[in-house]
Amino acid sequence: MTLLYFAWLRTRIGQQSETVTLPDGVTTVGALLEWLKQRGPGYAAALEDLSVVRVAVNQDFAALDHPVADGDEVALFPPVTGG
Amino acid sequence: MIRVQREDFDVGAEMAALSEGNPRVGAVVSFVGVVREMVEGASGEPAITALTLEHYPGMTERQLAEIEAEARARWPLEACLVVHRYGRLEPGDRIVLVVTASAHRQAALEACSFLIDWLKTKAPFWKREETAAGAKWVAARDGDDSAAERWDKTDEK
Repeated sequence: MTLLYFAWLRTRIGQQSETVTLPDGVTTVGALLEWLKQRGPGYAAALEDLSVVRVAVNQDFAALDHPVADGDEVALFPPVTGG
Repeated sequence: MIRVQREDFDVGAEMAALSEGNPRVGAVVSFVGVVREMVEGASGEPAITALTLEHYPGMTERQLAEIEAEARARWPLEACLVVHRYGRLEPGDRIVLVVTASAHRQAALEACSFLIDWLKTKAPFWKREETAAGAKWVAARDGDDSAAERWDKTDEK
């Protein structure tokens, strides 16, 4: 799976993108976020308050119960502020 | 039509191009977003010296195209253009252009308003403000959500 991070999620996690292999049992966006939180203090800090984290799976907004699989492009970012 | 670009745009030229050669167009409406120098409602806060817009190449274009399709489904538009810039911008610089063209003014006015309201809550762009006191990511505003929600269809579902 390709993970992309934008705005302050990118700076807190400390990288723009990475490729990961999902462990067994991680099949939804929610489970993915919980797994990522365990990967280090930067992840834990970035994902501390999920009310300010938005997720896109293959470039479409996705809720916590949306399925994820290896091969997906998953992006994490804050609420958008363009315009 | 959707464009995401670093370069500035010429509002007059874009508006003229949108209706050129189409005798059905009777109304052309534009919205231009500009970088403000002052933080809204925050007297005493340092002035903004620059703004950097980050986006998600691929998803940004895709979301803008979906928003345009929604506008075209709701109003009888002859033409429609959204241009959004990214990169570093300074106060007074143009950020975004929305132009709609229709036979009559009401559709063009409403569709233009809808497009900018939806864009602000759905298109993946993020602003980072620079001031004399340092730089920070801009937080999303509740007012933008309520502006977008007024276009939710209550007569369906």
